[in-house]
Amino acid sequence: MVWFIVRRLLSCIVVLFCVASLTFLLARMMKGGPFDRERELPEHLKGHLEEKYKLNGTLWQQYQAFIADLVRGDLRASTKYRDWRVDELLLQKMPTSLALGACAFVIAAAGGVLAGAWAAMRKDSWEDVFAMFAALTAISVPTFVLGPLLIAIFSLWLGWLPVGGWGLFSQLALPAICLAAPYAAYVARLMRNSLIEVLQSDFMRTARAKGLGEWQALARHAMKVAILPVIGFLGPLAANLLTGSMVVESIFNIPGGGVIFVNAIQNRDVMLLVGAVIIYSFLLVFFNFVVDLAYSLLDKRIRLHG
Amino acid sequence: MAETIDRSKSENPGGWRVLSTNRRAMTALWFIAAIALASLLIPPLLDDQLSQPSDSIFLPPLAKGVSGVTHWCGTDQNGQDLLYRTLTGARVSLGIGLVGALVSLVIGALYGMVAGYVGGKVDEAMMRGIDILYSVPRILFIMIVIAALDAQLKAGLDALRLWAQSSDLLLIESWAQGLLPYSRILMMIVAIGLVEWMTMARIVRGQVLVLREMTFVTAARAMGQGTSKILTKHLLPNLSTVILTYLTLTIPAVILTESFLSFLGLGIEDPAASWGSLLKDGAQVINPIDSKWWLLLFPSVLMSSTLLALNFLGDGLRDAFDPRDSRG
Repeated sequence: MVWFIVRRLLSCIVVLFCVASLTFLLARMMKGGPFDRERELPEHLKGHLEEKYKLNGTLWQQYQAFIADLVRGDLRASTKYRDWRVDELLLQKMPTSLALGACAFVIAAAGGVLAGAWAAMRKDSWEDVFAMFAALTAISVPTFVLGPLLIAIFSLWLGWLPVGGWGLFSQLALPAICLAAPYAAYVARLMRNSLIEVLQSDFMRTARAKGLGEWQALARHAMKVAILPVIGFLGPLAANLLTGSMVVESIFNIPGGGVIFVNAIQNRDVMLLVGAVIIYSFLLVFFNFVVDLAYSLLDKRIRLHG
Repeated sequence: MAETIDRSKSENPGGWRVLSTNRRAMTALWFIAAIALASLLIPPLLDDQLSQPSDSIFLPPLAKGVSGVTHWCGTDQNGQDLLYRTLTGARVSLGIGLVGALVSLVIGALYGMVAGYVGGKVDEAMMRGIDILYSVPRILFIMIVIAALDAQLKAGLDALRLWAQSSDLLLIESWAQGLLPYSRILMMIVAIGLVEWMTMARIVRGQVLVLREMTFVTAARAMGQGTSKILTKHLLPNLSTVILTYLTLTIPAVILTESFLSFLGLGIEDPAASWGSLLKDGAQVINPIDSKWWLLLFPSVLMSSTLLALNFLGDGLRDAFDPRDSRG
């Protein structure tokens, strides 16, 4: 167990290092540098700026300097938002994305598990068919179609919730639902299929033979096994929610990390881009690690290696 | 020599027959065919003026433009006909979905076949690699790769064109010239294909692990056939339906990724359109007082229903052919 944790942490560090290197190199290969404006900067000014932001010299020299700074934990300064350090910018924006993602995570996981279990208990009834049709629809409708639709219904027509923005609790509801919907549907499908399989297994027959009611048998025995595929999906789920929130942030006008990232690409803001990718990757690697640990604790059949 | 395990006689009676009696999947198949045909055949039949920007901007559906042509689905901020744009956008979206899924199929199937067939330490390392790739924010990488390599690809194509021009290779020259405006789309297809293959690789590997223990593979090996021949002649035919199933399920995923990028303004650019870029244009002009609802309605309905149909078809294929996860 300890060995597993140590090895996984080491591999996480290697992954993060590769991701950071690749991002930096790709970002420096982009057409147009961070200091190109509509009017060409005079050569000496541009050179000065490049020196100030340590983006001068050959690509290899730049990369070496970048790695040296990274190892010291220095993410440097943004080239677009002058006077802002990358870690300050990310520290300010990422909590918003994380709060949105966390809400969507709870909605997707809890909603999906409940809906899936409900459908599985009523297998082949019209409710089941309807729920699965709804789930496939939710998977097929893109977030940026669902978002405006939710706004049109709940904000413009019914007037219950604000159109967009950030700060109030009521402003969290629509974006979180919009972000969670396709993944809740995916979890529901996963849960339903897995539970149907478990309900047909021998130990469930034994449980029923012992005289346990259907719901009791479900709660005591079936869920423990049936939920495992869902647990396995929680890592990718967190990943998808985190990156998926970019579109939702732009629809609902939420000042989060996704907007920062898209702007950083368009502005060729090299260090901000690298910083954002490192943060995102770190979160994802971390989530996967936690999910793997949880999985192994829940399912004793899994052998940990890696 | 290659023996296809005939599921019609074993546990799963007639995959194709199961599929053809699945009403939802068949309806979905016809719907997709209809959309594809419409996107190919209708735009050339429309009035030539509709393909150009005009002065009649933001006309609601069914209104007549300044030149007297009826705009069935209205017009956008440049006075372009929305029906024409939505249908040509369907070409781009479906085309990217299909080609991107094919790219991911080739990579995923090869990777999965090699991992599953070779087995042992190699398999373990290859699957660990996939685990690691799953924990990397792939969509961010697509964006960065497109932004970084689009210009390089363009320069490369241009160099190829000039080189072909100087050495009188007319075919290559016209080919490079023709591809030049599509370099961004090409880059996008490659980038998406490069990240969407992991599920395919996992599924194919799982199947190969089962297949390689079968007697006909042992027989082929005993007869001295090489690994590559066993993979292509014996395993591939048995994998075809699983691959087809996951190809069908990858297409909507690729279309969604493409529209995601275009919606954020990092994908398809004017004058070309895709469903994602049309929805971006529509979302930019929406406001509570004067909603241009048609700009969102038509592309989103067509896109959502096509993706739904593709998912239904993929589910139907999986019900019919996938032996392990038959109710997935």
